[in-house]
Amino acid sequence: MNKASLFGTLAVLGAALLGTAGHGADHVASVGVPAARLITEDQYVNTLKVVFGPGLKLAPRFAPIPRVQGLVAVGSSHATMTAGALDQFDNAARLVADQVTGRENRDFLITCRPKSNTAADDACAQETLTRIGRVLFRRPLTTAETKAYVKAANQNAESIHDFYRGLAVSMSAMLIAPEFLYVTQPTQTVRGKTTLTAYGKAARLSLLLWNSYPDDALLNAAESGALNTPKGLQAQVERMVASPRLQAGVRNFFDDMLVFENFETLSKDATTFPTFTYKVSVDAREQTLRTVAAIVRDDADFRDIFTTRKTFLTNDLGSIYGVRIDKPDEWVPYEFPANDPHAGILTHVSFTALYAQPGRTSPTRRGKAIREIFLCQKVPDPPANVDFSKLTNPDPSLKTSRDRLEAHRSNPVCAGCHKITDPMGLGMENFDGAGFYRAEEQKAPIDARGDLEGVQFSDAVGLSKALHDSPKATSCLTQRMLGYALGRPLDSNDEALVKSLNEDFINSGYRVRHLMQTIAINDAFYNVEDRSAKVPTKEASNASSSVQKQGS
Amino acid sequence: MYGKMTNVSRRRILRGMMNGAAVTVALPYLDCFLNSNGNALASGEPMPVRFGTWLWGCGITSQIFVPKTIGPNYELTEQLAALKGYQQHVNVFTNFDVNTDGRPNLCHYTGWVATRSGEAPTGRDVLPRPSLDVLIADEIGATTRFPVLGLAATGNPRSSVSFRSADQINPPDTTPADFYTRIFGPEFRDPNSPTFTPDAYTMARKSTLSVVKEQSDSLRKTLGAADLAKLDEYFTAVRGLENRLQIQLEKPAPALACKVPTGAPKEPPAGIDSVDLGKRHNLMVDIAVMALACNQTRVFNMVYSEPQSTTTRHGESRPHHASTHEEGIDGKLGYQPTNAWFIARAMEAWAYTVKSMADFKEGDGSLLDRSLLFAGTESNLAQKHDLRGVPMMTAGSAGGAIKTGIHVDGNGRPGSAVGLTAMRAMGLKLGEWGVGAMKVQNSVSEVVA
Repeated sequence: MNKASLFGTLAVLGAALLGTAGHGADHVASVGVPAARLITEDQYVNTLKVVFGPGLKLAPRFAPIPRVQGLVAVGSSHATMTAGALDQFDNAARLVADQVTGRENRDFLITCRPKSNTAADDACAQETLTRIGRVLFRRPLTTAETKAYVKAANQNAESIHDFYRGLAVSMSAMLIAPEFLYVTQPTQTVRGKTTLTAYGKAARLSLLLWNSYPDDALLNAAESGALNTPKGLQAQVERMVASPRLQAGVRNFFDDMLVFENFETLSKDATTFPTFTYKVSVDAREQTLRTVAAIVRDDADFRDIFTTRKTFLTNDLGSIYGVRIDKPDEWVPYEFPANDPHAGILTHVSFTALYAQPGRTSPTRRGKAIREIFLCQKVPDPPANVDFSKLTNPDPSLKTSRDRLEAHRSNPVCAGCHKITDPMGLGMENFDGAGFYRAEEQKAPIDARGDLEGVQFSDAVGLSKALHDSPKATSCLTQRMLGYALGRPLDSNDEALVKSLNEDFINSGYRVRHLMQTIAINDAFYNVEDRSAKVPTKEASNASSSVQKQGS
Repeated sequence: MYGKMTNVSRRRILRGMMNGAAVTVALPYLDCFLNSNGNALASGEPMPVRFGTWLWGCGITSQIFVPKTIGPNYELTEQLAALKGYQQHVNVFTNFDVNTDGRPNLCHYTGWVATRSGEAPTGRDVLPRPSLDVLIADEIGATTRFPVLGLAATGNPRSSVSFRSADQINPPDTTPADFYTRIFGPEFRDPNSPTFTPDAYTMARKSTLSVVKEQSDSLRKTLGAADLAKLDEYFTAVRGLENRLQIQLEKPAPALACKVPTGAPKEPPAGIDSVDLGKRHNLMVDIAVMALACNQTRVFNMVYSEPQSTTTRHGESRPHHASTHEEGIDGKLGYQPTNAWFIARAMEAWAYTVKSMADFKEGDGSLLDRSLLFAGTESNLAQKHDLRGVPMMTAGSAGGAIKTGIHVDGNGRPGSAVGLTAMRAMGLKLGEWGVGAMKVQNSVSEVVA
């Protein structure tokens, strides 16, 4: 795999067409190279449900994290706090603490009993806060931390005359502490080599495989030092990969890579697509995640996500696919027939409807999404000053999207970008803006021919097959997985590692679990380069100092 | 809000404190009493001034937007018709440019970023300098529960125009119910309640924040330079939270115009259909007006539509943005009618904001009299992403600092001049603002009182 195919496609496209720098490069240059990752909504929920059980009612909404190199997981190391963002963490923290210490739950979530409900109880506060704190901070609390949080709980219990309220205050303070909200990189130097500490390794490993902070067993392995041995690390990785919790990690990775957060604001014109309801959009996201997760669970070839006819449907989704599902509110495994136009996730509603206009298709959006999501390429911004005179008062004889886009491409300025996106996007034209299959548009037959990187196809199934066979799609997956694992932007220093992982991934039969496992036991995954100590750019320095001066 | 309250004594306020417990009582709050004219605090200090920004996407239809005459008493045009009866409060700024200094014109991005931060961005993920609302909040926001509030009628949590940098964006509320809860939820203290007892739980929360701060030393040692900067920003946010809790522990100043809503409003359907969007916007404005009147904030931002407006219209296959590029120009009208329709809906929403504040009585005037609203978009003609003549508007006089009811022809002046004028009106002592071709020293003199 050469440099261009791994990292350079973005730059190649940019240089060839506009001479612009890539998305990630701009972002990194502007802020220096931070490493501490801000907890995401899903990580928050997954972690707290480990501590307090699945019965905890949690639906936190935190400030959006910037998407860097295609992933929120990578952007999480860029996210910084604002007063508004901290408010959201504070609200969530109090909701958690109130539930845990509330009358309904306290007897089974808090393992000790205070001598009095209306006064401080040092022993019970200490037992509770050290147990919870170990998971939240991903390591045992220091003596000073324990003392300080317990002392606060005691003082507050006395001033409020309520042991549990006092405990809740300390608990909610721990839930907004930077030690909880930020996953940092604690390091150790052994024989001149700097790596993450065992607790640091545990955190990185757990975020990769489970999208959660470490559980008790993993922390125990860190505490005993077992995680610092190849055998101990291997044992933990095998345990975690075998766990049902791997599904949470896999689903989150694909949800992030497929930019499914866009579902949260997806809406269709109700007049044009009356059957595309909110429930359909929720189910469409879930359908694709279930489909992909099943491929990973079965240890099948990753590339099958582009071609599989096996999926899961609900009654509501069935109405879009023209498939009758008799069981309301239930997920049903389903396999499209061999000659069906649906095969692979590109033909799922999650793709066809997400990358479309509210009332119709958009071959340009679809082509752009294929390039950016599955090939890790960056489609340049359109030029600002385009002459649209040829597009105004469009010729009514132009019935199909292809006709209209061909007219658009007659403008050489437009053609530059559209030739990158449209040959792929037009391959999806048999699916309208809500994902319904159609053979015609305005009674004109749809021509869904196109090409992907020189491979000709005649329809979406052919496009999907071309993507399945594309080495770039494979290497893109590898890049995304490594960026997801490390939680920071990849750069040229990571090139050799990506190349090696990609070759191993191919040799494994394109098995995602194998790729995750290989990353998880790789020494390089735990190396810590002194990235955050690099001198920030002048621009970044200015930004930082201005923030400090201004306060908030 | 600082209404007249002649029958409340200093003793009465002090008596409300927590049984004489050692609680900080902010005596300056007694300055809430108005002078006999109802136009200033009894101490002679001017009444507080509020600031808001309002964004709509996809520019204007200049033929039916730009008033024909310059100066006061401009005639309302078709696209500004919704302001009828309120135009005396509104300044219209046309023919102000966004200059990029050779940086790319990033479609639907450069225009709004440059007018709100004084610098054209170098890339789509770059927000080079803090937005003007944040600078204003630093000046006037610290004494309220929320130094700055964000609202996204779009329902999109990424719809925010309030930032210190690209990585430090203030998150908006995206539904009226969430916004209501933030302001008037359990933590709200009615400023007009006859009694006030500092909440022991809030006191405990505030004091426990010191534990969070004190225990961070060991964490600090593990961080590199960039992460240390992030940690500093985190602690700035913690100080903001501490400040908010402190404010909640003090007897709030009476706000006679404050009428606490009785409950969260009924949510309109999700989505960006123009009708639902308009309802969501108006509900949020209603709450924002009361949040200002109840002294919960002095700075807010509203995103009515995305800069690349995705607003839809029933039965119209193209959303707003697509119509700007694909709709034909009506031969008779000379412009794109559907695009113009979307802009007119945006102007109705803007007019609703202006009216809501103008009709809200406060002291001897209105809430709008003591406010300054800054409205803007990201281009002139969205079809061409035109950065020449990016329109802006202001409403309100900022307590007399700004003349109103004027149409100003910028004649090619940098668009940042309007932002500088707004910030100076809000009390910022700025000699200049902006970078490169967007750097300005002079306010828009036509509207400076």
